[in-house]
Amino acid sequence: MIINEKTEKILELLEDDCMMSLEQMATLAGIEAAEAAALIDELKDKKIILKNRTVINWEKTDKEFVTAQIALNVVPQRGEGFDKIAERIYKFPEVQSLYLMAGQYDLLVTIGGKTMKEVAQFVANRLATLEFVTGTSTHFVLKKYKEQGVIFDDNEIDDRQVITL
Amino acid sequence: MKNFDINSFINKKVSDMPPSGIRKFFDIVSTMEGAISLGVGEPDFATPWHIRDAGIYSLEKAQTHYTSNSGLMELRKEICNYYKKFELSYSPSEVLVTVGGSEGVDLAMRTVLEPGDEVLVHEPSFVCYKPCAVMAGGVPVTIETTSENGFKLTAEQLEAKITPKTKMLVLSYPNNPTGAIMTREELEPIAEVVKKHNILVLSDEIYAEMTYSGRHVSIASLPDMKDRCIVINGFSKAFAMTGWRLGFTLANEAITRAMTKVHQYGIMSAPTTSQYAAIEALKNGEKSIRAMVEEYDDRRKLIVDAFNSMGLTCFDPQGAFYIFPSIQSTGLSSNDFCEQLLMEQKVAVVPGTAMGSCGEGFIRVSYAYSIKQINDAVERIQKFLNSRK
Repeated sequence: MIINEKTEKILELLEDDCMMSLEQMATLAGIEAAEAAALIDELKDKKIILKNRTVINWEKTDKEFVTAQIALNVVPQRGEGFDKIAERIYKFPEVQSLYLMAGQYDLLVTIGGKTMKEVAQFVANRLATLEFVTGTSTHFVLKKYKEQGVIFDDNEIDDRQVITL
Repeated sequence: MKNFDINSFINKKVSDMPPSGIRKFFDIVSTMEGAISLGVGEPDFATPWHIRDAGIYSLEKAQTHYTSNSGLMELRKEICNYYKKFELSYSPSEVLVTVGGSEGVDLAMRTVLEPGDEVLVHEPSFVCYKPCAVMAGGVPVTIETTSENGFKLTAEQLEAKITPKTKMLVLSYPNNPTGAIMTREELEPIAEVVKKHNILVLSDEIYAEMTYSGRHVSIASLPDMKDRCIVINGFSKAFAMTGWRLGFTLANEAITRAMTKVHQYGIMSAPTTSQYAAIEALKNGEKSIRAMVEEYDDRRKLIVDAFNSMGLTCFDPQGAFYIFPSIQSTGLSSNDFCEQLLMEQKVAVVPGTAMGSCGEGFIRVSYAYSIKQINDAVERIQKFLNSRK
């Protein structure tokens, strides 16, 4: 879909803060609220807008979780390339993201689980055993500093004087 | 021993200088829990990281000494290069690096004015021009701009205030507090009057990058105007570098040399760390500027819309990061409006009168705040207005 300036603006606003009111988004895109609503519906229908999510710093809660990135080397399947293999992998609900990569390995998988053991077992039992996987390399995430452009522990404060001319 | 009166030692010009029109509000807001201020005249953005990083690197390399009085040659070259975007060609010998734009204003006044020289200042405007003129021995003369003209200066208004003693016109656009700008077509007749009466222009262009319709036009770029203008600009607003205290002047070499003498004895040289950071800002900062200006523009559209919807009408400001809505529909004076709004809804804005008596009936609202903060403040202002219906 070729998008115009107004559509691009709506998408950028939604990507930054999907809680912004429809009226404000419309004002910023220079269109009427009804037009913005119709446009968003169309973008959802076309699966350009997939989902609205919130960036959460779970580390500030007592919830136990662990994330790992697993680099996979695979043998691409004749006639189907990597896509069929990718599908076999991303269908697992434990897989949070999956990218086809250029470089030393082929696929980069992000796995989330409650414990390291749970993640390790998933890699050993589910991923490593797939017939087209020739190697895995698991990297556990120790701390998230920044994700989707959001700094997790942003310690910069607004220390401006309360009123200045 | 004679009676010792410490006040008698204070220069009369200084003791006569009026105190800031916002002191009272400042004191209240500073101690108020849960107050929202839309009263700040500086960017909310921190200095872009690549610029901060350059400052840190200069410290690591022990670049901690004075620079030449005029400022680092590399920086002055970059400033010349930067100003080409405003269709002006200067050489490094026409650039002086100063401690913020404010020092530039003070230097220009002290370098140019003789006792009794008149300085034309359009109002509402930033507050330093008149006191600087007085301290330099000049006599400030106010030109009141009006909302009917969108707070722009007209040639007629200018001409009406010119006397044989007039030496300088201060032109401050994009304007704090009104957000007004001057287009090329609007500047042309001003330039004609200035040339006809042989006066200088101090053009304070600190908000030049915050121009939301087209590009800022400097009066110095009009025909035969460059040598008549002392252009003031700096890094505070465009690059969100207020605390680095760094600005510059652009002027004819003779004026620049003269200003450098005043600067040399009063200041020595502008902060070295800031100068190195500023080189990075000019070399690679365009993307950072655009991102910030785009964000201001979004907030501008939202806040103008919100105030007009509330019945506090404001003309569409095309520059800086302020709106200047009329509060006349409330029947309150600017000061009363601000005081009551602060006490009842804990929202701080600046009375228009703090920027000149013709600001009566208006308030200055800054949008150098996040959209969330603006939304919260607008909600409270709406409550305040509802309670008065």
